[in-house]
Amino acid sequence: MEALIHWLADLLAKWSWWPFAPAPSATVVVWLVYAAITAFVIAPLAMIVLTWLERKILARIQDRIGPNRAGPFGVFQALADAIKMLTKEDITPSGVDRIAYNIAPAMAAVAAIAVFAVLPVAPGIIGTDLNIGVFYIVAIGAYGILAVLMAGWSSNNKYALLGAFRAVAQLVSYEVPMVLALITVTLVAGSMSTADIVAGQGSGWYFIAIPLTFFIFFVSNMAEVNRSPFDLLEAESELVAGFHVEYSAFKYALIMIGEYVHMLAAASFSAVFFLGGWRGPFIDWAVQTSPLLAVVMGHVYFLIKVGFMIFVLIWIRGTLPRFRIDHLLDFSWKFLTPLALLNLLVVAFVLKLFQPGTSAGIDIPAGPLSGLYLGGWGQTLGLLLGSILVVLVASAVVKAFAHRSKDAGLRAIAAAE
Amino acid sequence: MQNEFLFVGVLLLVALLLPAGGLGLAWLLRPHKPNALKKTAYECGIETIGETWVQFKVSYYIYALIFVVFDVEAVFLFPWAVAYNQLPLYALLEVSIFIAILVFALAYAWRKGALKWI
Repeated sequence: MEALIHWLADLLAKWSWWPFAPAPSATVVVWLVYAAITAFVIAPLAMIVLTWLERKILARIQDRIGPNRAGPFGVFQALADAIKMLTKEDITPSGVDRIAYNIAPAMAAVAAIAVFAVLPVAPGIIGTDLNIGVFYIVAIGAYGILAVLMAGWSSNNKYALLGAFRAVAQLVSYEVPMVLALITVTLVAGSMSTADIVAGQGSGWYFIAIPLTFFIFFVSNMAEVNRSPFDLLEAESELVAGFHVEYSAFKYALIMIGEYVHMLAAASFSAVFFLGGWRGPFIDWAVQTSPLLAVVMGHVYFLIKVGFMIFVLIWIRGTLPRFRIDHLLDFSWKFLTPLALLNLLVVAFVLKLFQPGTSAGIDIPAGPLSGLYLGGWGQTLGLLLGSILVVLVASAVVKAFAHRSKDAGLRAIAAAE
Repeated sequence: MQNEFLFVGVLLLVALLLPAGGLGLAWLLRPHKPNALKKTAYECGIETIGETWVQFKVSYYIYALIFVVFDVEAVFLFPWAVAYNQLPLYALLEVSIFIAILVFALAYAWRKGALKWI
């Protein structure tokens, strides 16, 4: 971004007819273009491409063909749907809370788009490198929850209200393990800036170092974006459509845009935090020789990773049945949250073992294994071993609990007989 | 940079144009013929009975309360995580105690049945 702004500022300085000061106006132009691409190209494209992909892949999983009438392989199906949503009558049911009802869809879409401000797409290509990037993602993500709540509450419909109630419980519960997983990532990277987190994965992607954290993040993120098997707040067979049952026409489209952009954001940030973002073979070499080549390569690597994550999300939706609400909440509070806390402590402990003597110019006591740091690789291996240890402990505890409840059940049956 | 957050503001304003523009376009294109029947709430085709905004289950409220505890904890843990590689060993011990207190709170809530869906 900085390089782009400088280039444009130089260009504008040469144009004598440009009426504004070159440097600030170049910044404004680049920002506006970047924001416009994010909001008007990426967001609608995400909805159109992702809905088509989802239908196609789900159809394949279920041994069907999927959309195949509009255009080759049905690629224009989603486009046709978009046009249809624009031209349908917008029905506002009687008795809705008009202010909340009308703000909610816009809020869902804007909150989902705003997250992309801190997404590092390629080397140097990031909207703004906030030093509290991770915190920003969590904070903006909460507005998506608020939109769901507002939509469900204001619709004056019992299905929608039940959907909103479930939304509160589910989204709030899964926020906790997600934030704890993000704290673990911050801990390993030593920074909350998303660009720094990608830069810190030069010696081993975090997927290798802290796979358990990736699992916790991925599962809770799946719940945060209301994807099956966590799609309880929509549950089309129980609540017809949950919180957005009363929405029609373009307001419905906005909610769908919010949902699919959120899904894209979830896949993108999984790639950024754990799969090395734009990192890939020869990227470090490309950054040094040609920035332009590095940008192109970064985009390619990043898109491959995001595409893979999206495929996994759709695959899971096609494979797993929906949770029951008590199982869903138990899974978060009684399994994921304690696991995430234990994982956080183990990661912190391992990091102190490999602590180099000085850090950011401050002298602190070196860890006992600091000789094995090996440019980050020793630490990566240590973190991996820590993750395996936590998984072993957790599975032993779960096993013990399962045995206990099974024995209790058997005793109850025996007593009844 | 002091204007790091300025871009967030720009993005929010531009992003607001998407719903505004879309709704505006839809308003120009769509038909508008409401009638009383069309405007009823969608509920299996029968008249809805009673108020929609009923009293809700207290369990939701309890979950929200426990959530607040852990969310505030996260606010404390983020700065610790950022500065962690510049802190000596006592930082780990302190946070272990801090988390132990919270785990105790979670165990208490669990034991008291606050995490049970009735």
